[in-house]
Amino acid sequence: MRPFRYERAEDAGAALAAAAAEGATFLGGGTNLVDLMRLGVETPAVLVDVTRLPFREIEETEAGGLRIGAGVRNSDLAADPRVRSRWPALGEALLSGASGQLRNRATTGGNLLQRTRCPYFQDVTAPCNKRAPGSGCSARAGEHANHAILGWSERCVATHPSDMAVALTAFDALVHLVGRDGGRECPVEGLHRLPGDEPQRDTVLERGELIVAVELPPLAAAERSAYRKVRERASFEFALVSVAAGLELEDGCVRQVRIALGGVAHKPWRAHAAEAALHGVPATAASFRAAADAELEQARPLRDNAWKIELARNAIVRTLVELTR
Amino acid sequence: MPAPELVEITLRVNGEAHTLVVDTRISLLDLLRERLGLTGSKKGCDHGQCGACTILLDGRRANACLALAVAHDDCEIVTIEGLEHPLQDAFVEHDALQCGYCTPGQICSAVGMLGELELGWPSYAAEDVAVAPRLDAGEIRERMSGNICRCGAYPNIVAAIEDVA
Repeated sequence: MRPFRYERAEDAGAALAAAAAEGATFLGGGTNLVDLMRLGVETPAVLVDVTRLPFREIEETEAGGLRIGAGVRNSDLAADPRVRSRWPALGEALLSGASGQLRNRATTGGNLLQRTRCPYFQDVTAPCNKRAPGSGCSARAGEHANHAILGWSERCVATHPSDMAVALTAFDALVHLVGRDGGRECPVEGLHRLPGDEPQRDTVLERGELIVAVELPPLAAAERSAYRKVRERASFEFALVSVAAGLELEDGCVRQVRIALGGVAHKPWRAHAAEAALHGVPATAASFRAAADAELEQARPLRDNAWKIELARNAIVRTLVELTR
Repeated sequence: MPAPELVEITLRVNGEAHTLVVDTRISLLDLLRERLGLTGSKKGCDHGQCGACTILLDGRRANACLALAVAHDDCEIVTIEGLEHPLQDAFVEHDALQCGYCTPGQICSAVGMLGELELGWPSYAAEDVAVAPRLDAGEIRERMSGNICRCGAYPNIVAAIEDVA
């Protein structure tokens, strides 16, 4: 591992000042970053530890939502009674991710900023446009069975690995950011990018910008919600496909619905077409299937992952059907 | 390569304070094993995937391999050497191991897991995450999935934990 300077920030101002140094990177729980440093994928000159900043609380907002500090650990967020009762799919998404040990360390901000687990990205001997821009995409013609079916580019077919971010995307969450020029908000849905010509840029964050909180607005559909994760083993594994969905019903019809998919794109994929197709229609398996079809019409499978389209379709339908029970 | 960066930190390990000057790159796992001679915590994968290095960090289970020592100044660490818990006897009684390499991590993880259960934390095995959890074999398997046993002693590991829970 390349030697680095370590700085522990006690407040946001100090963190931003330290992050202005050449080659500086923020350190959260380190569960992904330290691993990538060991692999030689990340080579920061300075680590700015932000885990002791005062962003470790989960608070009710005046609007009736929750403001989650960026330093809140994944296990604490999953255990929060408000999350479990009012945004259960978020609790389930968090609990479906990683292991008990890792969730105890991983932070809310860090979870959002974790990197893809594409094996070529993690292998410094392989061409990868995300790690070494312009070097090529090894997955495009290589092993890509578990890569993207939506929104990919010729430059990159990787998927975003977070479960938590899928639920946050479904539930209209906002990210609160601070930078050297002040603060701003960004929808979680708009935080991550599609790869396009710049797959090295995972998110819209500016250099040195820091996530300080994630805000969940109150949302009726979130109260009846679930996270379904399809994977190759029952636990401690990334998704092949995942679905976060919330449903509010009125007289057997869909009053409000939220759907986001994981494991299918370079970012958590909000299923707007499926949601639009469901507004006001009877909450039946046939409606859900038609909505899934409307979303997946835009899917473009790679050579070896057309099966993911059917898997995503079935996962959407089954998740929604179970929410009607 | 730039020169190594050295920092002084203090850790409490198994109740004893240690002040050391460390390279910023050293993990808690390497520090425990190479600097303090506490070789109970094992290095399996060094990527947070196997759980053999599991310790209790400020009372919570964590992978020591992914924890930079420098980021844990003033933290309280308990390793298998500092544990005295009925799970240790239960693992022996239930023959919950073959080669034993994963065992320190399994036991530290199970101790942490039982603490999480006491706090009422849910798991992905729950039908309803809003309801207080009840431990059964399925819950134990889900909650212990961060600890791999390549000998496949899982049935007896689950039995040992069930016995103590």
